[in-house]
Amino acid sequence: MIGRLFARMRSAGESARMLPQTRLAGPMPWVIAIMVALTVMAMAAGLALSNVASSARAEISGGLTVQVIEGAPAARERQVEAALRFLAERNDVADVARVPDAELAQLLEPWLGEQADEEDALVTPSLIDVQLTGAITAARLRSLRAELARVAPQARIEAQANWLAPVFDALRSMQLLAIGLVVLLAAITTAAVWLAARSALGSNRDTIEVIHHLGATDGQIANIFQRSIAIDAATGGVAGLMLGLTAILLLGRQFAALGSGLVAGGGLAMADWLIIGAVPLTALLLAMLTARLTVLFALRRIL
Amino acid sequence: MSGGESSIVQFDNVGLRYGTDREVLSDISFTLYPGSFYFLTGASGAGKTSMLRLLYLAQRPSRGMIRMFEHDVITLPRARLPDFRRRIGVVFQDFRLVPHLSAFDNVALPLRVSGMSEREVRKPVADMLEWVGLDHRAEARPATLSGGEQQRVAIARAVIARPEVLVADEPTGNVDPEMAVKLLRLFEALNRLGTTVVVATHDVHLLRKVPDSLIMRLDKGRLSDPTGALRYPPRREANPA
Repeated sequence: MIGRLFARMRSAGESARMLPQTRLAGPMPWVIAIMVALTVMAMAAGLALSNVASSARAEISGGLTVQVIEGAPAARERQVEAALRFLAERNDVADVARVPDAELAQLLEPWLGEQADEEDALVTPSLIDVQLTGAITAARLRSLRAELARVAPQARIEAQANWLAPVFDALRSMQLLAIGLVVLLAAITTAAVWLAARSALGSNRDTIEVIHHLGATDGQIANIFQRSIAIDAATGGVAGLMLGLTAILLLGRQFAALGSGLVAGGGLAMADWLIIGAVPLTALLLAMLTARLTVLFALRRIL
Repeated sequence: MSGGESSIVQFDNVGLRYGTDREVLSDISFTLYPGSFYFLTGASGAGKTSMLRLLYLAQRPSRGMIRMFEHDVITLPRARLPDFRRRIGVVFQDFRLVPHLSAFDNVALPLRVSGMSEREVRKPVADMLEWVGLDHRAEARPATLSGGEQQRVAIARAVIARPEVLVADEPTGNVDPEMAVKLLRLFEALNRLGTTVVVATHDVHLLRKVPDSLIMRLDKGRLSDPTGALRYPPRREANPA
């Protein structure tokens, strides 16, 4: 395998001496650099969104919120106590905890303001956080609702995943957008290399014909172009990766400063960095393959 | 067909047309033997260049059969043609030197194409440049060479790989008579080494310079062969190398 690779490289090097080693097109490294930088950013965004979604899903999987909506404080307290007892006794409940009123007040403060006078305060429901063992199914939720209604008639149960379903939908849409961007950028890179290779073929047509008549194979001629685009793509790829990584690190800092619970799981893992690192390599291979196929297809028109 | 066994090139009823135009070559039949020297003559537009294109496999005919090196090249897969082309040396009418390469690199092209290493290429190319009297111009680009020098580089490139067939299209068209004779001597020397030489020319004085040569005369796309000597040539042995 390695021997074949070296033989191929040597053959490409020897073929390269047949044509002047000018670049395929002047701006090609820049085009590839920009494409790689944008792909790296789109890829990082897609991976970060995927991590956010996975982390949020894991956190709220099996999570329920019980609201006791009772206007009279004493009756509400009774129903909360009854619901807590009922839930704590169940085998399928891993954890149950009442959300402290102070914490609730603090959460609602931005909307309701500070409610100093307890008598005039707006009545808010009491909340209980419940963690079930295993995943929540619709049937399980229905049965739990019916049983809870017997001990706490004003209690409402909502799966936390339902609350966040629109958020997950939005995350999925953004992930698809990121994937679409990556595919689009790959297509643009391919098109740019195709155009550059066609243009280089046109400007070297006479030389190629001579080499062809001297007995050069299509593969030898394609090697020349492939080598040339490989140099451009490698240069552009490294520059694009650096640019993309700088942007990711700057954006990462900004998001880290938000300190939001939702984006906390959006960091990139080692595997993600490896995928991002593979972007310039993929661009290099894509550019080489495109140049090779373009040249081979064009040469087929010559006998 | 006679002599098919040892012939190097055989054309049988070959016709060539470009697109839907009338045939530029019609009913061309001849046999070339190893070590022979042929002049291809005819007025401008008689089809000399088209016939040479068929000979150096730049073109497939519209009809007829061509055998080269004991293979039917009409049905030969395209991927196998480079192997055959490497056995044919070509001197193009307009030299067609690669402008970005030095005289040395131009002459080295056929050897590099055939996969020889740089170490193996150096000596034969230097010797060949010396043979054509251009060893002192090895690093010169074609644009800086005179017409005669370019012609000699083109010839050196055509013969460097010791082809079995050498095809030259008006190789003396752009040089003075003295240089024309000198170049012809190069072809003769190569011919003596066993290469079949086909030189297209309309210079009748040149024909007399190679006494053992055969003349192929094209007239409006048809090969004049009143005695049948081109189609059924007398058997001859290749010149000793």
